Amino acid sequence: MSVQQGTAHRPWVDRLLSVSGWLVFAFLYLPIAILVIYSFSNNRIVGIWGGFTWRWYDRMIHNPEMMGALWNSAKVALISTIFATVLGTMAGIALDRYRKWLGKQAFDVIMYLPVIIPEVTMGAMLLIWFTQVLPISLSIWTIVLGHIAFSTSFVAIIVRARLANLDDSLEEAAMDLYANRWTTFRRVTLPLIMPGVMGGALLALTLSLDDVIITEFVQGPGASLLPVYVFGLIKKQVTPEINAVSTLMLAVSMVLVFISLGFQARSKSGGSNKEA
Amino acid sequence: MTMLDDRPSEEANPELEKKAERAEGWRGFFIALPTYAYLVVFFVLPLLIIVVFSFAERSRTGKPVLGEWTLEWWIKLGEPLVRTVAIRSVWLAFLNTAICLLIGYPFAYWIATRKSAITRNFLLVLVLIPFWSNFLVRTYAWRTLLDSNGLITKVGEWTGLWGKMLFTEPAVFLGLVYGYLPFMVLPLYAAIEHLDWNLVEAARDLYAGAWKAFRKVTLPLSKPGIIAGSILVFIPSLGAYVTPDLLGGAKTTLLGNYIVTQFKSGRNWPFGATLSVTILAVMMVATIIYFRKGGKTL
Repeated sequence: MSVQQGTAHRPWVDRLLSVSGWLVFAFLYLPIAILVIYSFSNNRIVGIWGGFTWRWYDRMIHNPEMMGALWNSAKVALISTIFATVLGTMAGIALDRYRKWLGKQAFDVIMYLPVIIPEVTMGAMLLIWFTQVLPISLSIWTIVLGHIAFSTSFVAIIVRARLANLDDSLEEAAMDLYANRWTTFRRVTLPLIMPGVMGGALLALTLSLDDVIITEFVQGPGASLLPVYVFGLIKKQVTPEINAVSTLMLAVSMVLVFISLGFQARSKSGGSNKEA
Repeated sequence: MTMLDDRPSEEANPELEKKAERAEGWRGFFIALPTYAYLVVFFVLPLLIIVVFSFAERSRTGKPVLGEWTLEWWIKLGEPLVRTVAIRSVWLAFLNTAICLLIGYPFAYWIATRKSAITRNFLLVLVLIPFWSNFLVRTYAWRTLLDSNGLITKVGEWTGLWGKMLFTEPAVFLGLVYGYLPFMVLPLYAAIEHLDWNLVEAARDLYAGAWKAFRKVTLPLSKPGIIAGSILVFIPSLGAYVTPDLLGGAKTTLLGNYIVTQFKSGRNWPFGATLSVTILAVMMVATIIYFRKGGKTL
């Protein structure tokens, strides 16, 4: 991995790469920066600066529909993340640590499908399934069921990648020292795969908090989630209040990025990158 | 000691070994079972059902009627309007993938070839932030930029080069590039960073020019990243819904919006099911090509 030698570029190539690189960063960040700036603008029209104000944040906090949607989002994200993390971790363990079992090959395929299926297809099929086949009426719980269905796979893939990078000698050593399976799992395996499990959980949380399409398909009347509610608002009329709630959502994403980076930094081998 | 000596070693006894293996197999099965069951009920069966419902007749309210079968919806796929939407979607998804690759490759290459690990990690974090940020919010940012009072529109009017782009195809395209570029950059970065630079050096030692060494060595070695990134951009942009809905107008309907419309105001669930199955099929073909051509890394 001698990066120095193989990548020695001529100065002008290096200059060109740097300039275009920073331009791409500008492209990625300027729109977000402008969005945040206008959340503090004391003017109804987004795009015309009207002096600094907290008005839109104040209005956001006192908007009961917005706060209701925020609370629903938090609830759905938390519940679906817990289930997806447990189910995904178990699936990852079964796939990596057990060589042969009934239906493993089929499961391996089924596990990957939710990752690559277009979200519209997933939303449509869950809607048909809930309303036309199962006797379930749409509510916040159908959203939870849908979110678990797509985020479990992401957790499983990340946990499996983590396990694949760890050889099982430590687990074998524990068993040789007469630890039973459960103790071995709790004291050896789980701590070792924890960065992967937490990385998967954070990804599940992010996916749930970001989802618009599947939620829009399977939500019941009344109980909307924050992104879907905001989506509806944008289509009606753009106001700085939307910038304010957007800034809040960005802040939450940022916090999640840094937490996940913290987990990655603590694990020595980098098997828990957000690879999907 | 005698006890240990008397115990038959597990390796020596094929029957015991087989038994242990079988027990191990059952353990694996039961660990996977809850997830297996969940995915069968809330993923596999709905997936099969939507295929069945694409052959169902439509009731007056737009819901599918089981028991009365028709090929009408599959034939409807050939209608000019549907074809226009499909071609536009595939074209935009393809163009988006190409542009993301064109912007993303030099960008990822630049980050991956920084000499100090601190710089590399810092730049990588700068890519990760938009990657993890809420997609809707990032699309909304462009809506305000492209609107009559938006910065981009103002710049365009000032230079006289363009007018208000919101609700046009270029706006949708800009939104797609912006939305999915990070999905292209990350796999490319991973592929280029893991590259064996000794091979590039060897090529240079054998008197290959910089450009030739890049074209013949670096580029082919980063192919898994190129394929993974392309799949990660192509699939979601083919089914894009938020971007065309917020930045596009009536003339820029893409498959994603078109499908949602069938379930909402269009009141034609069976046709919505047909379109969903079609888009899924296109995705499957793209993924199979990916798995054939480039490693297993997802």
